[in-house]
Parts: sequence; structure tokens; C-alpha cells
Amino acid sequence: MGTQSNTIIKASLLAFTLALFAACSSTEDAEPPAEVVDSTPAPADTSGADDDPGPTVEELERERQLAQRVFYFDFDVAEFKAEDRETLTTHAQNLAANANLRIRLEGHADERGTREYNLALGERRANGILNYLIVNGASRGQIEVVSYGEEQPEQAGQSEAAYAMNRRVEIVDQ
Amino acid sequence: MNPKRLLLAVLLLAVHASAAAELSIQITQGVDDPIPIAVVPFATDGAVFGAEDVAEIVSSDLEQVGEFLALGRENLLSMPSEEREVFFRDWQLLAQDYLLVGKVSGVQGSQVVRVQYEFFDVNRELRLVGEVLAGNVSQMRDIGHEIANVVYEQVTGTRGAFTSQILYVVAEPTADGTRFRLEKADYDGQRPQVLLRSREPIMSPNWSPDGSEVAYVSFETDRPRIYIQDIASGQRRQITNYPGINSSPVFSPDGDRLAMVLSRDGSPDIYVQDLRSNELMRVTDHPAIDTEPSWTPDGRSIVFMSDRTGQPQIYQIEPGASSFDVERLTYDCFQCAKARFLPDGVNLIHVRRETRQSPSYQIAIINIETLRVITLTDTSLDESPSLAPNGSMIMYATKYQGRGVLDAVSIDGLVKFRLPSAEGDVREPAWSPFLD
Repeated sequence: MGTQSNTIIKASLLAFTLALFAACSSTEDAEPPAEVVDSTPAPADTSGADDDPGPTVEELERERQLAQRVFYFDFDVAEFKAEDRETLTTHAQNLAANANLRIRLEGHADERGTREYNLALGERRANGILNYLIVNGASRGQIEVVSYGEEQPEQAGQSEAAYAMNRRVEIVDQ
Repeated sequence: MNPKRLLLAVLLLAVHASAAAELSIQITQGVDDPIPIAVVPFATDGAVFGAEDVAEIVSSDLEQVGEFLALGRENLLSMPSEEREVFFRDWQLLAQDYLLVGKVSGVQGSQVVRVQYEFFDVNRELRLVGEVLAGNVSQMRDIGHEIANVVYEQVTGTRGAFTSQILYVVAEPTADGTRFRLEKADYDGQRPQVLLRSREPIMSPNWSPDGSEVAYVSFETDRPRIYIQDIASGQRRQITNYPGINSSPVFSPDGDRLAMVLSRDGSPDIYVQDLRSNELMRVTDHPAIDTEPSWTPDGRSIVFMSDRTGQPQIYQIEPGASSFDVERLTYDCFQCAKARFLPDGVNLIHVRRETRQSPSYQIAIINIETLRVITLTDTSLDESPSLAPNGSMIMYATKYQGRGVLDAVSIDGLVKFRLPSAEGDVREPAWSPFLD
């Protein structure tokens, strides 16, 4: 019983967050968020629907994590951010569960520093994620690492914001 | 000619003039006391059509390297084209140290031109050199650069590099993604030619010592792999296909071996491949990043960058030596990278980031015996330094108004010029060896 109400609360929270996110990302003047809260029950109402239970919170969260394909890095840092650990664990489990799945980890750097060093840094970043995926169940043969260094920036320009977008590792299906 | 056609001709001229202005080299910094030289427009006989202005090519060559100041044409008192028309007093009055005159003559009904030139020391009232060069009318730039070489060597005692060429990479954004080109041009950016086009990145062009081939990295297979291409024929061959990074190909001074970086054994290390036997030798073995190899002038050792102490520093090793037998060359910078020796084997060109607090990268030279450092540039994203074959200037890549451009600086830091930039980001210049 406790777990179920817990689930409902979580689901409501998730729906609220999603609604809030939608409101925030809208460029028009948003309605007060309080109004939106009223519409929470819809997706989470799973009571008694045995024939079509719909996705659980865990499933939705897993989908969200697997949809995250780009992981950003701090300046001069080769380790992925702590906040990405859970998401990468899910990717590792997904690879472990689907032995036919093949991915590339494409490593990138911002333009500061020499090109060849950045090529190596991109590989180091991707290797950090590679090792984490392997430790968490993926097999080495499923994953290829390719570094592009600073050659394929996600965003042009010399701003800190652009640089932050360019220090990244992307998961690409093969 | 009717007025309409005349107008069109004028318009075309105007368009041509502005295009040419865009392409002209910008001298951004020169020496305080340049040598005054008068380069008189060469006389032409009626048989020459469409030939470029040789005197203009020579004087812009000489001004570009900063040590010379050419006399403005509006200040010429006379227009001699050969020795018997030269009155030294005229040129002494104009405070000129040197004088170049010449004439261009065509061979009726052919594309052949003969260019005669004579070069004088005004103060000693002496003819230093004179010669007749022949070529096709389309080779006027080559002839002009050739004459500039002679003048430069007569005055400075150093061989001129005006007939040398450069390789570089252009990345051009299009609606359909970035397009990459490997290009070759005259040292001043003129007469660019495309050697390779790709949708995937191209990196690290490097000349073979005889100037006939280029080694580079191409991502055309979705992975960085090393290729060698014959420049004249365009024929090329893939040199490496190892897992991981295959990068930084650099020909040995004798052209028999190729230093490179491979990460097939876990982390990027320096390797040398014998280009005849294809035998591969591992040179460094360290879990940190080792990259950016260059050969010492004697071809016995390799200089490289490693971040084994946490940040990039420069090291040197002899191929075949124990991987522990590494000599560290730099200590006084937060990051020192992309190094290569000047021909003296003592002064090391490198990319330098002085402190952790300021992520700004400049071209510098360190004397590894005295540890004296000269920083040559003052912009903040300078990289890929490449030395002219006569050792007088360094070309490098930097950013200007958000775009990648090529700049050059003399090795004493006094003279700077910027190359005309085409569309897109221009980067990774590689200055050729002497090609004649």
C-alpha cells in the first residue's frame, strides 16, 4: 500500500515537473503554474487497468535516461559529471540486456589548446564512459570509441557557453 | 567602344579591384627601420598581354617579410628598365639603398615571356646581379617570387622563401553541415588549389621533405586514419588502420620514416613507421597522453608533448631507447605543446599557455640551454606553428573576428602579416620545404 501511494506521489510530481517544464520552455507568457497542477491525475491513474497498465514511473524514467545521448564535461576535466552516473548506468544495463546493440562513443573537446591534444582529450573522455559502461554490464565488443577532438563543435563561437556545449561525449547507435 | 560597354568595363575593373584588395596580405606589424628599396615597374613591349605586374609581386613579397620598404610609385623620378638608364644620384636623392629594374618581352605569337632584371646597390653605385628568366605568361607570379628570392638573399644573406608554398585545412559551414578541404597555395595565400574535399574532418597536413607528398589525417571512414597523397598526381594511399586514434603524421628529415600517434594499446603513444618496410616501432609507452611528435633536425630524436605530469609539457626521446629514457624540456609554463626545433637544435618553437588562470595560447620560442623564452604572438587562440624553409618566419593559426585565419610572425617577433582568408575557418598551416 505504502509503495503504491508513494508511486502516485512520484507520478504526480513527475507530471507536475513535466508540465512545469513545458510552461517554462514556452516563450509566450505562461499561465500561472498553480492552474496546471489541477490536471495532474490523468497520466498516473493506473487503478485497476490490468489490460493496459501504461508505463510505470521507473519505465518512464528509464526511457528518459536512454534518450539522453549527450554528456557534457567541465573545462580541463576528463571525468563525466556525477549527475550523469545514474543515466549511464541505465545505458550500461540496456547494452547488457541487448547483446546485439552496438554503439559508438564520440568524444569531443572545445577549441582551446592544441588540436592533437584535444583529439586525445576527446578519446580520454569517451574512454571514461566506456569503462563505466563495461563495469556496469556492457561488453567491450558492443562499443567503439572515436574521438573528433575539436573538429566538430556542437556550437560555433568563442563564448564559455559554446565551449561548454562542445566538451561532450555522444552516444551514437550503430 | 560604346558608352554602355565602357561602363561595364569600368564596373568590372572596380569589382576586380575590390576583390584584389580583399585578397591582399595585411602587414600587421613591421620593423622600425626597414631597408628602403625602389622597385621600378618593369617595362613591357607590345607583345605581352595579360601578364601580371612582376614589380608589384616583388615589392609586395619584400614588404611582407617586414624588413623592406618599397618606394611608392608616385615618388619615382625616372623609370629606368636597364643599367644604362640608371642614374644613381636620382635614387640617392630619394634615400633608396637598393634599386630593382627590369623589362618583360614577349615572343610574338606565343605564350612565352622573357623577364630581364637588374639589381643595384645605390650607395655603392654597383650592379649586384642581373639575369634573364623565361617562362609562360601564366608563370609571372613564379618569376616575381624568384626575383624576390634573389633580392632578399643579396641583401640579407639568407635564402628567400618566396617560392615556397603552404598547405592548410579549410572548414566551411554549409546548410548541409561542415565541408572540409585540404588546400595548397603560394606562401602568400595566392593561387589556392584543393587537394582533397571531404564531409568529414581533415587534420594535420605535413610535407614530405622533398615537397612531393603530403601526409594527413582524414576521418572519411568515420575514424581518424593516416594517408599519404602525391601532390602532383593526387594519388594517395592509406597508411594506418589501427583501432583508436591514428594521428599527427610527421615525415622524418630523410623522408624514410613517419612518426605518428596511435592509441591502439590503450592511450595515445608515439610510434614510427618505416615507409619502405612498413615496420612499426613503438617509441613511447605511458598511460598518459603522448602526442604531437616532431623530429629533431638531425633526425635522431623525437620531440613530443605529454601530460604525464598532469598538464602538457615537452619531452624528447630517441626512437629505440627505453621508454623511461625520456628527457623533459619544459618546466616553466602551465602548458607547453606542439613543439619543434629551429634548425639550430637549441631553440624550440611551441604553443604556450602561461598560467592555469588564463586559458590563452600563444606561439613562443624557448632556448633549451638558457631557458630564455620569447613569446611571439599576443592573441589568445594561437596554434599550429609552422616554420618557413629559410627559418625566418613562423606561420600559425589564430582566430580573427570569430573566424580561423592564418598569421605569420618573424622569429624575432618584430614582423607580422595576415594571409588573405577565403570563406570558412582556415587552420593548420604547413609551410613547405624549399621546392626548387
